Amino acid sequence: MGEDLKDLKILKQGAEGKLYICNYLGKPTLIKERFKKKYRHPDLDENITKERIKNEARSIVRCKAAAVRTPALYLVDFHRSRIYMEHLEKSITVKDFIINHVKGETDKVKLGLISKLIGHTVRKLHESNIIHGDLTTSNMLLVQKVKSDDENWLDGELDIVMIDFGLSFIGSSGEDKGVDLYVLERAIISTHNDYPNLFEDILEAYKKQSKKNLGETISKFEEVRARGRKRTMVG
Amino acid sequence: MVIAIGFEGSANKIGIGIVKDGEILSNCRRTYVTPPGEGFLPRETAEHHRQNIHTVLREALDQAGITPQEIDVICYTKGPGMGAPLMVCAIVARTCAKLWKKPILGVNHCIGHIEMGRLITKANNPTVLYVSGGNTQIIAYSRNRYRIFGETIDIAMGNCLDRFARVLKLSNAPSPGYNIEQAAKKGKKYYQLPYCVKGMDVSFSGILSYMEDKIDELLKDYTPEDLCYSLQETAFAMLVEITERAMAHCGSDEVLIVGGVGCNERLQEMMGIMCAERGAKLFATDERFCIDNGVMIAHAGALAFESGATMDFNDSTITQRYRTDDVYVTWRND
Repeated sequence: MGEDLKDLKILKQGAEGKLYICNYLGKPTLIKERFKKKYRHPDLDENITKERIKNEARSIVRCKAAAVRTPALYLVDFHRSRIYMEHLEKSITVKDFIINHVKGETDKVKLGLISKLIGHTVRKLHESNIIHGDLTTSNMLLVQKVKSDDENWLDGELDIVMIDFGLSFIGSSGEDKGVDLYVLERAIISTHNDYPNLFEDILEAYKKQSKKNLGETISKFEEVRARGRKRTMVG
Repeated sequence: MVIAIGFEGSANKIGIGIVKDGEILSNCRRTYVTPPGEGFLPRETAEHHRQNIHTVLREALDQAGITPQEIDVICYTKGPGMGAPLMVCAIVARTCAKLWKKPILGVNHCIGHIEMGRLITKANNPTVLYVSGGNTQIIAYSRNRYRIFGETIDIAMGNCLDRFARVLKLSNAPSPGYNIEQAAKKGKKYYQLPYCVKGMDVSFSGILSYMEDKIDELLKDYTPEDLCYSLQETAFAMLVEITERAMAHCGSDEVLIVGGVGCNERLQEMMGIMCAERGAKLFATDERFCIDNGVMIAHAGALAFESGATMDFNDSTITQRYRTDDVYVTWRND
């Protein structure tokens, strides 16, 4: 596995795979290679890996149509469990941004803008029936709205790029969308507990984007929330 | 030096244990076992606890070799759990507190599991998989709270196993999960079941209803052992996956498994492989401490008591819903 990749720089080793940086057809490229999980039954493992690569590729293409920014897809190599995609050199995860760059009051205003951006983006995904499946602040990148050489690009106008669509699927039901929002809420509560209003702001922006099919999603979201929070928990 | 007694009865076990500064003096327990195909209901379970609690209390005191006067604090499970069984323990604990003139302290059941696991395994700051009949949570400590990173969005892992055992009419003695585990060891043919991970959350209701709907058809091609095997392989893979996600998320290199399902050896084995692959360490305990017991309540209560926590006698109530992250952890400073 990964023989021909051994000279490449490893950007990150996540729970599911390795990210390598390379140059593919003259463009800065990210290779995402999923590895075999030895704890899983081999049939199950193969199935899950194939499924996730397919999901990721399918959703990236669908996002294009939904006007949601994602890294451009260059190549899918099923055989080696790899996806080649655009490497965004000037980017930072929303998680990193909040933890390391939000300090003063002006930053909080900025955070408000970013919350809006997140809400709108998630809503756009859902309007196109794309369920992300793993909405966290680590799976959202901030990039420059307009590309420039500005060193302090974080102070300029920003845009959101969605990544990590491995758990995504196409779903039109309020339940699917409600669960997606619930996953995001949980991730935000556990990661950014010093910003208690963050999720509310995102949800506000999500609701404001449009009125269409909103009621069902929100009522399902509240139902799922109640299931989690108030479920009798018997030892 | 603190000597604490703990009363636990949130589900079908009644347990009383005594600890002295982390040293276990006694750990006594009875389990309410129902006939094959049936689960335990609140009223009957409470009746079982009522009939056994005094014997267990006597046994716990005798084994520990201490008199009630030596006890510093009386701890009981405040929740979460089934109302009627919880009440039985709370009433006896309150009575003891009055008789012996000792302070009383209600303990969160989940926190009991976590602190017990940390005590036995000496894990320092692990990512915790708490997996039992009523709970399935991935927990990590941060700033005086045990925060829930992932959990089931519908039924608990143990509940799924218990109900599947009922579908197959497996025995409930010593526990349905144990019998599924034994049957799974003989299973060979893997049948692919719905695999449902949502972020760091999981869902088991899909697997269960799928099995319930198709059981007659499945039994034509697969043995009950094969199905137990397939269920474990699928469901445990989901648990290991979300645990790994949480570890990556928190940058943690320790895993602690607690709760009744935690003594399943296949789950421990799978978790061990995952840990080995990422250079992490696995901590697990056996059935004496994984399964609900009184010592865990005594120990968690003692920690809180030592750090200055108190409870007014009038507040010594029970609650069926009591989340792990509701507890402010006063005994950890990291």
